[in-house]
Amino acid sequence: MTAQVRGLRQDGAAGMAALLEIRGARRSFATPEGGRVTALDGVDLDVGANEFVTLLGPSGCGKTTLLRAISGFEALDAGTIRLDGQDVAPLPPFRRPVNTVFQSYALFGHMSVARNVGFALEVRGVPRAERDRAVAEALEKVGLAGFGARRPAQLSGGQRQRVALARALIARPRLLLLDEPLSALDRGLRQQMQIELKTLQHGLGIAFVFVTHDQEEALTMSDRIVVMRAGRVEQTGTPREIYRRPRTRFVAEFVGETNLFETVVERIEGSQARLRTPEGLAFTAPARGLAPGARATLVLRPADFSLGAAGAGIAGRVERAVYLGQDLHLLVRPEAGGPAIRVTVRDGAAAPEPGAKVSLVHDADAAHLLEEAE
Amino acid sequence: MSRRRERAVLALLLAPVTLYLGVFFLVPLATIVVFSFLTPGLYGGVEWSFYHWNYGRIFGWADGITEVFEPVYLRILGRSLGFAALTVAICLVLCYPVAFWVSRLPERWRALFLFLVTLPFFSSLIVRLYAWLLILRPSGLLGEGLMALGLRSTPLELLYTPVAVVLGMVYVMIPFMFLPLFAAIDTLDRAQVEAALDLGATRTQAFLKVVLPQTLPGIAGGAVIVFIPSVGNFIVPDILGGARGLMVGNLVEQQFLAARNWPFGSALSVIIMTVVLTVLLVFVARLRARGA
Ligand SMILES: Nc1ncnc2c1ncn2[C@@H]1O[C@H](COP(=O)(O)OP(=O)(O)OP(=O)(O)O)[C@@H](O)[C@H]1O
Ligand SMILES: [Mg+2]
Repeated sequence: MTAQVRGLRQDGAAGMAALLEIRGARRSFATPEGGRVTALDGVDLDVGANEFVTLLGPSGCGKTTLLRAISGFEALDAGTIRLDGQDVAPLPPFRRPVNTVFQSYALFGHMSVARNVGFALEVRGVPRAERDRAVAEALEKVGLAGFGARRPAQLSGGQRQRVALARALIARPRLLLLDEPLSALDRGLRQQMQIELKTLQHGLGIAFVFVTHDQEEALTMSDRIVVMRAGRVEQTGTPREIYRRPRTRFVAEFVGETNLFETVVERIEGSQARLRTPEGLAFTAPARGLAPGARATLVLRPADFSLGAAGAGIAGRVERAVYLGQDLHLLVRPEAGGPAIRVTVRDGAAAPEPGAKVSLVHDADAAHLLEEAE
Repeated sequence: MSRRRERAVLALLLAPVTLYLGVFFLVPLATIVVFSFLTPGLYGGVEWSFYHWNYGRIFGWADGITEVFEPVYLRILGRSLGFAALTVAICLVLCYPVAFWVSRLPERWRALFLFLVTLPFFSSLIVRLYAWLLILRPSGLLGEGLMALGLRSTPLELLYTPVAVVLGMVYVMIPFMFLPLFAAIDTLDRAQVEAALDLGATRTQAFLKVVLPQTLPGIAGGAVIVFIPSVGNFIVPDILGGARGLMVGNLVEQQFLAARNWPFGSALSVIIMTVVLTVLLVFVARLRARGA
């Protein structure tokens, strides 16, 4: 009893009361081959009351398992999940104030769209008239007014996705879990839904935990991105932090296009460090506590480079140029050797052709060094 | 491929089965219907003159001279329908949870279990029913076993009772219920069950609102496949039933083989078919209405 009270007080003292708090979540599965696979390997995660958090990571890194643990379909081997400070371990899925939009939508095929959407109210015993009103309102909100009588099979992929969303939102959960809800949609529809989802989430004032392995989607929608790798959280941060200041090589490569250079610090000049690769390419980056002789991995995004005057920066030859509307993507092979550098420049009259000699200069302030030296 | 060509190919593909069913299904069926309105021959066979007393005997417009009204036929028909319905219900209750369990087994065990379910088909039904006879008779395995355990002091009077008949029919029919049920349960979308729970449905609600409606085709299929042969079954009551377990199938068999009254046997058959067909049509119509 006292322990419980103390526990509560500690939570209160921590302030910032997160809606969802996950500490040290672990889960492993037995494989048919007789081995074990670790799906969650000590995951910590906090989600605020009106936050849009995205779980981003490659296939098999444990995103779905984490969602299933939150919704109650998967028990943890170790660790705790708290909602509003309350441990949810003893609660079965139907008692958790959490709803899910499943990857396959899992709409009830034998029910009309309206009954699908009203299901959460139906099982709570909400009277028919009230339910019908709520369903009509929910369908209206997702732009499907008048579709209530149809069967899910008679809807397009995007419409089904909206039904799944309306169905999950009608009971006003505190937290909505979305497992790759947009992956079945084509590009145009997906971008439209990304904006709509974000607007909806903001307006409803509830928290979203959104799973994707599409980094672009994660960057455009999230308040915070949680990059996962092999059952662990690799890095948590705002989209800008994740993109501009990746902590590890994995994050840098997974989120956005990137150039990585293994360098050694030559000297420190004030707040700037001069770096050099084994091939002799020279770079400048914020010094941030580096000492001469230290090894550092440098991250430069394609847009951090620009074409300089002949003789300045890194001399190279354009191997490939891909035209993308306003932008031109170049693959530049440095004359000094080493891997080709990806560069994005504005298309214009001076745009170089494949085979042209160019020199690349980079924005020293945008240069970022990984924490781990590999 | 052109539309016409497609149709020609389809006709060609369907021709053998149409021919087969036409000759070996429709012709005997028509023969039975026609025979049921003919006069029984003195020493078996039929005389080609119209005779409605076959039905009169059963339904009560017999004149008491040419034929006598015997209410026992309707009673036995009713009993047969009851036994069949009971068989369906028991098979369903037994198979449903097992099918669920099997659908969750690892692949290897599933295959083994499905093989076990079909195992009875590998030996003769008669032999298997005689084995039941050995189990059920008072000095049989079950009776002796219960007495040895001290659970009963008198021998078990199970054989030649309706209970024995229903037990035997359930035993015979279980694979026919299990397989369609399993097919339906195995293809059940688990994600939908989870969605129901996620949306706040209790386990019972999820079962009633999602699992049951989705496995209804399997239930309906199993029920139909078990019900039809159960109504007309005569082997099980013949071996395990005795007088109190007699079913309408036994009557038909007696009329054709022992009494050699083909028209009366035909009339009984026609009635069985009509009743079964009616029951099925009502059943299917109801399912349709529920599904819509
Ligand atoms: N029920 C299970 N039994 C055995 N292994 C499982 C089970 N569920 C998940 N796993 C394993 O756990 C790991 C994490 O799976 P999870 O489904 O969480 O990945 P994910 O990040 O959602 O991947 P994806 O992006 O492909 O959906 C995988 O290696 C997977 O094979
Ligand atoms: Mg997944």
